[in-house]
Amino acid sequence: MSGNVWIAGGGVICGIGDNLAACLEAFEKMQPGMGTMQHLHSVHAPTFPVAEVKADNTTLAARAGMPEHWSRTALLSMIAAREAWDSTGLQALSKYRAGLVSANTVGGMDKTEGFMEAFLENNTKGRLRDVVHHECGSVTELVADALGIRHHVSTISTACSSAANALMYGARMIRNGLLDVVIAGGTDSLTRFTLNGFNTLMILDQQPCRPFDDTRTGLNLGEGAGYVVLVSDEAAKDIQPWCRLSGFANANDAYHQTASSPEGIGNYKAMKGALDMSGLQPADIGYINLHGTGTQNNDSSEGLAIERLFAPVFPPMSSTKSFTGHTLGASGGIEAVFAAYGLKEGIIYPNARFTTQMKEVPFAPAVAFSRGNAFRHVMSNSFGFGGNCSSLVFSK
Amino acid sequence: MKAYIQGTGCVSPQDSSVFPATIREYEGSRMLVADPDYRQWIDVKQIRRMGRVIKMGVAASHISLQDAGVAMPDAIIMGTAYGCLADTGVFLNKLVTQKEDMLTPTAFIQSTHNTVGGQIALLLGCHAYNNTFVHGAFSVEHALLDSLMFLGEDPSRKVLTGAVDEITDYSHTILSRFGLYKHTKNTGLLQSRTTGTIAGEGSAFFVLGAEKDAQSKAELTAVEMLYKPASAEEVRTHLEAFLKRHGDVDLLITGRNGDVKDDAVYGTIEDALFPQHPVAAFKHLCGEYPTASAFAIWLGTLALQNREMPAAAMFKGASPANLKKILIWNHQHTTHHSFILLTAC
Repeated sequence: MSGNVWIAGGGVICGIGDNLAACLEAFEKMQPGMGTMQHLHSVHAPTFPVAEVKADNTTLAARAGMPEHWSRTALLSMIAAREAWDSTGLQALSKYRAGLVSANTVGGMDKTEGFMEAFLENNTKGRLRDVVHHECGSVTELVADALGIRHHVSTISTACSSAANALMYGARMIRNGLLDVVIAGGTDSLTRFTLNGFNTLMILDQQPCRPFDDTRTGLNLGEGAGYVVLVSDEAAKDIQPWCRLSGFANANDAYHQTASSPEGIGNYKAMKGALDMSGLQPADIGYINLHGTGTQNNDSSEGLAIERLFAPVFPPMSSTKSFTGHTLGASGGIEAVFAAYGLKEGIIYPNARFTTQMKEVPFAPAVAFSRGNAFRHVMSNSFGFGGNCSSLVFSK
Repeated sequence: MKAYIQGTGCVSPQDSSVFPATIREYEGSRMLVADPDYRQWIDVKQIRRMGRVIKMGVAASHISLQDAGVAMPDAIIMGTAYGCLADTGVFLNKLVTQKEDMLTPTAFIQSTHNTVGGQIALLLGCHAYNNTFVHGAFSVEHALLDSLMFLGEDPSRKVLTGAVDEITDYSHTILSRFGLYKHTKNTGLLQSRTTGTIAGEGSAFFVLGAEKDAQSKAELTAVEMLYKPASAEEVRTHLEAFLKRHGDVDLLITGRNGDVKDDAVYGTIEDALFPQHPVAAFKHLCGEYPTASAFAIWLGTLALQNREMPAAAMFKGASPANLKKILIWNHQHTTHHSFILLTAC
């Protein structure tokens, strides 16, 4: 195992923009994406704000070049994955040993929900085309086939840390010389399944969420997709990559199926492991893209783990979920794009709506957008159900 | 990249711990696991709350750890195509019938695809690397590949890897509507010469280490996948190149499932590349499901330990004496082919 893994480019679609440039503009203008849902049909629409992608499936299908009846999760994935590839300046995909490693949490659930309404009344009813892509892996294959990727196609699902693990697996494939380029990240559309699931856990905020704020009362769900293009030293020669993926680690909190341990054991181990792999000290990190969901428990655990690892000096940090909502299986991919591009441009992203310092920790998130900061390394955190904790470190 | 299988564990429609001389017979369109007494590995109070798929995965993983003499693995890397179908079904049913009202969290919490991997970690108190691949009939293979690369970074590690999938009434009804299954006896499945197969389920886990030692049961020599080959000719070319790299084998285990449409390609390529080789099969023992290749690895490892494949698993010819090298070739719907090479220690 040897060599670097470069970030050749990235693409994103989420509640604050249809592409990376639009998202950056939303950060700069302090325009978060939460609002009343327009495209998901749920009885909870008036109660819970969400950060929806501002387009219906007809529009997304046309942009993706895919049939409208396919899962919204596949449509979002295709749009972001293609943007990621097109941003790199690499040759045609067919010139490389290429992989797609994509994450999602509920596959084609948005279509399955509709199927089940008919099926539960009469189990010979319900259109089979609405469940044929139910499996998580099937969503990935729709996109791989459309992109023309056949060497390696895989799907990871570890709840909210899924897409960060997709970057790790892709990076290992490159380091082991098995692939030249990997499009890695994740996708998830809003579904009634996840909205109601999070509602039963009573961790949805009825107001726009306030991550790393003492007044926080929960998260807002979002949707979208985000992918980076990982490439080998050889493939990176002809282009100007954004940065390197210099370290990564995945650890398990082993505390509770859904809650984080109070002191953030898994969070600490993931961040420490990623730093160790990159050969860095905490003081080398110039910005942290927080997991920062906005729930009492999550932010407190993540904050205490950061305090333990970084004290006494804390880098600027923020939760971009205060703009995009929590996009679950996509979040690690979307935030990897923000972090890696942010490193290239020296961007510190703002944490929206921050008003009140958390009691548990001695630091507060950044509140203003700024460009041109001189840092050489950034960190991105993704922690999830099942105790799955992952951290990524990007370096110039 | 290779590793040594230090321990195995399996929960399947057959008897769990040791491959029997006689196989369990089933008649129908599905084969469910022969549940072992889960109290051997799981606290009684927890068993009641756990979904079936979690119990299968926890049991198979614990058997493999015990078999390997490993108390705490350095990674838990698993595959599941369908995830936790039962709890997903319960939550979906209530969501639809109760119109998103008065739902409870238990089924949702247990519905996520990483529930089994998380539960194994939680019960062991294992803070190590933890990953779940959910890529249909490649889920096991990706878990193995990630395990091999993870071991490559630190050869002192021990990795717990495996897979689990379950059948539920909903999933079986829906998959049956795609015309995948037929009503038959598993003992005659592979000779049935009609379309359709029998659905199966189960879990198999392995402990992998990078170094060979007294505990090593077999070598995991290679894992490869071939996604959507254009033709049978491409499969043949791929297999030929694979055999050129790794040498000839003593025994082929194919994923024959008794569906003539699926099985045809095995016959064609066997005639070309393995005309004299004995051939074993396993889906008459465990049924057809996307992570069934994990069962085949379990079967192959036991056969290599005993230097003989049990007669009940032979499809063509007799098991070679002093069995040393096995190729497992499995495919699903001819679109997902996997090649797993096992060598005796």
